[in-house]
Amino acid sequence: MSPVAINFVYIVSAALFIFGLKMLSSPSTARRGNLLSALGMLLAIIATLLASGLSYGWIMLGMGIGTIIGLVSAYKVEMTQMPEMVALFNGFGGISSLLLAWAEYHQHPQVSTFIAIVAFLSAFIGGVTFTGSMVAFGKLSGKITQKAVVFKGQHLINGAILVTALLAAALFALSPANGWGYTLFILIVLVALGFGVTSTLPIGGADMPVVISLLNSYSGLAACAAGFVISNNILIVAGALVGASGIILTNIMCKAMNRSLANVLFSGFGSAVTVAEGDGPQGEVRPASAEDVYYILEAADSVVFVPGYGLAVAQAQHVVKELGDLLEANGTEVSYAIHPVAGRMPGHMNVLLAEANVPYDQLVEMDEINPRMDSVDVCVVIGANDVVNPAAIEDENSPIYGMPIIETFKAKTVIVLKRSMNPGFAGIQNALFFRPNTRMYFGDAKASIQALIAEFKDAE
Amino acid sequence: MEAVYLTLIFVLAIFLGFELISKVPSTLHTPLMSGSNAISGITLIGALASLKSEHLGFAIFLSTLAVIFATINVVGGYAVTNRMLEMFKKKAKGGAQ
Repeated sequence: MSPVAINFVYIVSAALFIFGLKMLSSPSTARRGNLLSALGMLLAIIATLLASGLSYGWIMLGMGIGTIIGLVSAYKVEMTQMPEMVALFNGFGGISSLLLAWAEYHQHPQVSTFIAIVAFLSAFIGGVTFTGSMVAFGKLSGKITQKAVVFKGQHLINGAILVTALLAAALFALSPANGWGYTLFILIVLVALGFGVTSTLPIGGADMPVVISLLNSYSGLAACAAGFVISNNILIVAGALVGASGIILTNIMCKAMNRSLANVLFSGFGSAVTVAEGDGPQGEVRPASAEDVYYILEAADSVVFVPGYGLAVAQAQHVVKELGDLLEANGTEVSYAIHPVAGRMPGHMNVLLAEANVPYDQLVEMDEINPRMDSVDVCVVIGANDVVNPAAIEDENSPIYGMPIIETFKAKTVIVLKRSMNPGFAGIQNALFFRPNTRMYFGDAKASIQALIAEFKDAE
Repeated sequence: MEAVYLTLIFVLAIFLGFELISKVPSTLHTPLMSGSNAISGITLIGALASLKSEHLGFAIFLSTLAVIFATINVVGGYAVTNRMLEMFKKKAKGGAQ
């Protein structure tokens, strides 16, 4: 195939990516959209392979290994593990952009200043994406602490790293071809890898939705920069689409926490020191037994489940759906209210509930449920904490003041499923637990709901 | 001139991306993320094109490694997104009686 023909195929691929993303705007067309996007990718790959002078042996080896690893991990992963899976794949996208820029520079050191700058961007963003994603993966899968790791002089060190990278980049861009060029390039790669670690470590577990969105955007931008290095328009278009997508998601997540991106990235929010123990609301907690909760639910006309990260940890999505079905059979109106940052990545709860066969028209967003919360009989909070804390509305001194929440406290009765009275991620005691209309139902989320299901079945 | 032309493509694609993605409902944000993640494996195209038979040694090593990582990203990303989207069902077709 001639280069011109190949580039025409790339345009078709770009159109398919665009259509694929467009069809993601509705759950009924989303699956076909994804397949269309995959078709676009396949076309681009085939066209590329039809160019002359490629070494097919290495290509088959590389694609073979990649396909096996990709397929196995895609079909083995649990839906509750999606955040770490996405983090891992993000990282792989980043490292391949870094490697591509390196390979190109290795073969053609005599590059213009423009190419040198984009090669730097590709390697730097790719490197940060890679190690940043690996740290995010470690945090999400519990291999390293979910707490924000903050140390003295952290901003100073990160600042120094960035300045080093920019200086090295400037020198590199001025003379990429001389003997120093290669050393500088290696230095840039190392600095990028280091920066990914030092910039992600200080970010705590509950802020991971923001970090994953941001890394998603980075992986797109790295591909984009790699596209500039090799003057390939499909890389630029696809990378830019992903970059834009990641930025929009990052923005949505930040808004849902009422915090700026800078605050998420640099404040070390959620590190152990934020709030002294014993502060905050105090009062009497009203625990409830499975039987008590059963009578409350049995009498309710409308029940809203509010899931959080705890649902994922307890793998309780299937039993929640079972309980929901029993309630519906009992004539209760059931819905699931989902906060934008519930879980560890955007849309995490939606995927878990979809896995459990909850129809998506029963999933309601925060802005939709809040206005009619007054008329809800029972809210069942499962493993969510900060996103239902009324302090965000009422207590101006609270660290989460101003964050939009699901206003469960307005419901006639709130049942909170919780292991213990430990405060949530933000280290803040939840005022909701002490409300007169709140009953605490202690225990493991999954076991607790199973007990309720047993109560319903006994009553039949 | 080529740099200008490529930058134009970049800017237009960013605007298009903003338009498209802002219409995706929050229910689908996880599949959006893993699906767009698969698209970012587009680096694979560049990595494949850089595996020319005239290249030797270290360059081949770097490019092959890039192909492996990018393929994992592409194949794994699309497969897992498809798996997730299969689960999104309407009530009529769903398991509820």
